[in-house]
Amino acid sequence: MHAVSISDLRKDFRRRNGRRLRRERVPALRDVSFTIERGECVAVLGQNGSGKSTLVRLLSTLLLADGGTARVFGHEISRDSRAVRRLVNRVSVEASFFKKMSSAENLAYAARFYGMTPAETGPRIPEILARVGFPAERRGEPMENLSRGMQQKVALARALLTSPVLLLLDEPTTGLDPRSRLEVRALVRDVRETHDATVLLCTHDLEEAEALADRIGILDGGRLVCLAPAEELKRRYGAATLEEVFFAATGRALEDDEEAAD
Amino acid sequence: MRAVGHVLRAELVGLAGVVERNTYLVRRYLWWELAFFLWTVANTLTIVFIAEGVEAAGGRIDVERTTAVLLIGAVMWAYLGMIFEILTETVSWERWEGTIEYTFMAPLSRAVHLGGMGLFAIAYGLVQSALLFAVVAFFFDLSLPGANFPAALVVLVLASVSFVGIGMMTSVLPLISPEKGTQLGFVAQGVLLVVSGVYYPVTVLPEWMQWLAAISPATYALDGVRDAILEGDGLEALGDELWPLAVIGAVSIPLGLAVFRVGERHAKRHGKLKRSG
Repeated sequence: MHAVSISDLRKDFRRRNGRRLRRERVPALRDVSFTIERGECVAVLGQNGSGKSTLVRLLSTLLLADGGTARVFGHEISRDSRAVRRLVNRVSVEASFFKKMSSAENLAYAARFYGMTPAETGPRIPEILARVGFPAERRGEPMENLSRGMQQKVALARALLTSPVLLLLDEPTTGLDPRSRLEVRALVRDVRETHDATVLLCTHDLEEAEALADRIGILDGGRLVCLAPAEELKRRYGAATLEEVFFAATGRALEDDEEAAD
Repeated sequence: MRAVGHVLRAELVGLAGVVERNTYLVRRYLWWELAFFLWTVANTLTIVFIAEGVEAAGGRIDVERTTAVLLIGAVMWAYLGMIFEILTETVSWERWEGTIEYTFMAPLSRAVHLGGMGLFAIAYGLVQSALLFAVVAFFFDLSLPGANFPAALVVLVLASVSFVGIGMMTSVLPLISPEKGTQLGFVAQGVLLVVSGVYYPVTVLPEWMQWLAAISPATYALDGVRDAILEGDGLEALGDELWPLAVIGAVSIPLGLAVFRVGERHAKRHGKLKRSG
């Protein structure tokens, strides 16, 4: 069984265009198909608005697809959404916490939503915060006092606390300083080795994708234009770098922004 | 059987998690809680002083009884406001903090999620309302010697089931309209109370509003609480208020959940279940 199996997945958003009364459909994902094996890390590269976040939010059961199917360990994401939710957790570009609450409080209540009792989280929260390199003496501090790098570590701890078998990382290092980026990357590697977790990483950081992923896909205008190991992509497009691969596959540089559909 | 037990246990832990989180938030915003409580006291006083004002203007009324009638109405207004506000925070506060996606992708059933919010809202509302009643009653030296407070509490708790059901319906509004949805909760609160005799008997209302009063749980809540506090009625004497509250409660919770589910599905289809609307 595939960890993730996606077939002809489609999502449109409706958007009002200028002075027209009718909303027009803006495609965010167009007939995307791919699979991810258990324990694999797949990175999806794309510009802003290419459909990366839509893909992550569909797999998180936060969106309903307009066509196609997606399964997580055999569970269809809309029909069997609660089973999917038990298997998935995510880290997104914004750490997103109750800012007046401490890291320990944020982690505790989030774990309850996954059925973890105080007896289970009592020892587990300090352990997992220590593992992501969060200083013990700051566990009681409100989140608003922490740097973005620190907050992102807590976000990773929140995701790991529930032992997800599918970890969705949506630009987890965007906006972090170089040191924090390296630390988060090391943590993702560690999670894969010790947790038997499958990882879907959406990013526009080419270096990060190459460092972490077994295979790399490129989303362009909602279409998955390729998905293969980095070296194979370079061979296929006769490119020396992933940046050149991206340009050859899409005709644009990664930094050029599309209009955001999601 | 074991699997069912496991799921049930996880749901109960989740329910406790919702209450736990809200308790953390009350603790962290304690000074703000105090400030809002003072505002509620001031607001309630402006209404309850009307009884003494009427007498001072030459009106002939039973000031003590009118004061108690107004006080019960004002406390009920505040209580309902707290229930609706906390339930509306299910979406609006989470959207503001950015946690909405994490909460809605957790494997917690929506019934338990909203039930936890309702449970916390009732506990929080009852404590605040009891304090409010005591503080304002102290201002007017109300004695209420025959009051049956336990019976009033039973009426209020039973009415709260219906209030939570209606609160579930209004709490989905910020999902559909992030900008104005929260304010629509206040509209529901106002409409519910205006037809329910919050400061007057419902018999003074136009006939069509009296029809609405008959299906409003707040009507029976206000009548029951007033009868228990002013007349000292026990539960046996409050049957005419208790059974309609039980019926409306039994209908409003499933209806509230159904409305929320429809709103959530709409939000998922149109991409509105996210932090930035």
